[in-house]
Amino acid sequence: MSFVAYEELIKEGDTAILSLGHGAMVAVRVQRGAQTQTRHGVLRHSVDLIGRPFGSKILYSTDIALVTMMLELRPGSVVCESGTGSGSVSHAIIRTIAPTGHLHTVEFHQQRAEKAREEFQEHRVGRWVTVRTQDVCRSGFGVSHVADAVFLDIPSPWEAVGHAWDALKVEGGRFCSFSPCIEQVQRTCQALAACGFSELSTLEVLPQVYNVRTVSLPPPDLGAGTDGPASPDTGPFRSGTPMKEAVGHTGYLTFATKTPG
Amino acid sequence: MEGSGEQPGPQPQHPGNHRIRDGDFVVLKREDVFKAVQVQRRKKVTFEKQWFYLDNVIGHGYGTTFEVTSGGSLQPKKKREEPTAETKEAGTDNRNIVDDGKSQKLTQDDIKALKDKGIKGEEIVQQLIENSTTFRDKTEFAQDKYIKKKKKKYEAIITVVKPSTRILSIMYYAREPGKINHMRYDTLAQMLTLGNIRAGNKMIVMETCAGLVLGAMMERMGGFGSIIQLYPGGGPVRAATACFGFPKSFLNGLYEFPLNKVDSLLHGTFSAEMLSSEPKDSALVEESNGTLEEKQASEQENEDSMAEAPESNHPEDQETMETIFQDPEHKGPKERGSKKDYIQEKQRRQEEQRKRHLEAAALLSERNADGLIVASRFHPTPLLLSLLDFVAPSRPFVVYCQYKEPLLECYTKLRERGGIINLRLSETWLRNYQVLPDRSHPKLLMSGGGGYLLSGFTVAMDNLKADTRLKSNASTLESQETEEPAAKKRKCPESDS
Repeated sequence: MSFVAYEELIKEGDTAILSLGHGAMVAVRVQRGAQTQTRHGVLRHSVDLIGRPFGSKILYSTDIALVTMMLELRPGSVVCESGTGSGSVSHAIIRTIAPTGHLHTVEFHQQRAEKAREEFQEHRVGRWVTVRTQDVCRSGFGVSHVADAVFLDIPSPWEAVGHAWDALKVEGGRFCSFSPCIEQVQRTCQALAACGFSELSTLEVLPQVYNVRTVSLPPPDLGAGTDGPASPDTGPFRSGTPMKEAVGHTGYLTFATKTPG
Repeated sequence: MEGSGEQPGPQPQHPGNHRIRDGDFVVLKREDVFKAVQVQRRKKVTFEKQWFYLDNVIGHGYGTTFEVTSGGSLQPKKKREEPTAETKEAGTDNRNIVDDGKSQKLTQDDIKALKDKGIKGEEIVQQLIENSTTFRDKTEFAQDKYIKKKKKKYEAIITVVKPSTRILSIMYYAREPGKINHMRYDTLAQMLTLGNIRAGNKMIVMETCAGLVLGAMMERMGGFGSIIQLYPGGGPVRAATACFGFPKSFLNGLYEFPLNKVDSLLHGTFSAEMLSSEPKDSALVEESNGTLEEKQASEQENEDSMAEAPESNHPEDQETMETIFQDPEHKGPKERGSKKDYIQEKQRRQEEQRKRHLEAAALLSERNADGLIVASRFHPTPLLLSLLDFVAPSRPFVVYCQYKEPLLECYTKLRERGGIINLRLSETWLRNYQVLPDRSHPKLLMSGGGGYLLSGFTVAMDNLKADTRLKSNASTLESQETEEPAAKKRKCPESDS
């Protein structure tokens, strides 16, 4: 890690600051194989950090769970995705669509695409995924009319909406775009409507985790006698206290449906 | 363009299953309102204050929209292009618009006359706009809002969609949350992922959510693997499961077992004889403590009911639920021959069910399930403490509860029991947004009313003795940072770089 020049991608050994929203930050020493627990879910360094550009927002398991259900993914689903990024979403998709489905994932960055291919092989899921290195906004997903669902996690999703329509089956399918900023969402919704998508819906899912504690509050001294029996009203109680006071924002999830016109 | 991996794209599993067929389970959609029905010719269906026949949907693709025309017939409606933004006359603000209730020149009778003439909904909306004295003065935004409101009221557009966990969980939460213990759909989504529900698993589920959770699991497993459903009372309620319209083959891996035999199974006192005398000819599915479960038959009478059960006047509702996947040609018990045939049929079914229960018992006794899902109205603690014994080590479990407090207790008891790691008590909040040019803002924040989840992983009990660390942390959720955060170093531009 150099203090002299900006580096784009996170490497092992770097210190990355995770911004968890509302000013809450955690400094993390990036290490292959390590994990960090946050209120949003588990962050795996090898998959979620190494190779990603500084400044990117990460999809946590809470988001992924909602996306999986809202895209109606199941064994046999054919899914198109871009960008591949860390592959955390790809892996989640593959787990759901196996053994009869397939994932077509498009990654613009040559190194990351290669990395993703290696990891899929390492994890023995290569047969369920095809990685293509191209710009999804220019060249699409590389397949046409085969997908049940399309997932986008890219800076300019509105530029890929037309390609998403083309990648989806003629009889229809589901669309989802993940964007940190509302302006991106606005542009994407405009593009979706113009392209003929219906059932537009923008959601945000916020996780809250609770600590379970047994708490005892001391009884006040009202001067009513020193050795009275402990009142049952002031006994210890169990409480689920929020792990962090404020819940941060990861991104907006915009969903839509393609139905034949 | 480079590709990797094997042959992309599997063979389609059900070619042509995007067209609606007679007998299919579908969901009717109008705006944000849903209703699950089975497509049956010449069967009257009511939805959103209208009645119609579904005959005309057969052969069309899922997602097609229809309009209800006179006589209860559905006509496909082409997706209309959004009218291009012609410079409509519009005002700048509402300072001169007075709400005196007199701005619409058409009376209720006029509108009724239009409707009776068979004038289409969008034509009525057009008439309303033309006869409104204030429409021109409204801002563009207000005009849009006005048009949308009138369309909603007068255009009867219904879309026929394919059932899915997404659609049905949204439907149930909106229409009958009580039936699913107020489990909001994002919570269900978390359960499926936390529980790692996927093809090939052997899952145990105990739910009293009308079979919605079971259906969601079946969808995610795609017919691969097996599910053993433990049920209270006389039989499992699977009203919601039927709405998914799964193929018959999915039933091969679905087992059920009575909850009140679990104890004997765990203590080795279970025997086949215990299964023979289940009363099956009650019209109601009763709880062992006497409270009523939902009646399938009564749903037919109720026009507002959200899910219409297939035709069955027979008191044996239990059988209706079991034979939900019968093909459309099978008409039902009332068309059977003599009473003798009926009794024989009934005995055959009972014997089959008994066999299934025994198979389920055998599967459970292996104590190697890949996961456990609990989502019921019962207190979760005793359920977990027993049912976890059926689960293999290093596997996930998820418990849903409408309330947080029972899960606090459950958490503590599980810690005491041991053999569990990564215990996590969580909740999700869901916020939806209106996204329109210059008018984007959040709409609703749904929090607190969607239920809570307690999840974790099993570990081998033997390991526990050697590793006391696992039991010691009674109250914290584990932090798995492997290094101390190096708070001093920051990645930031140096001023002299």
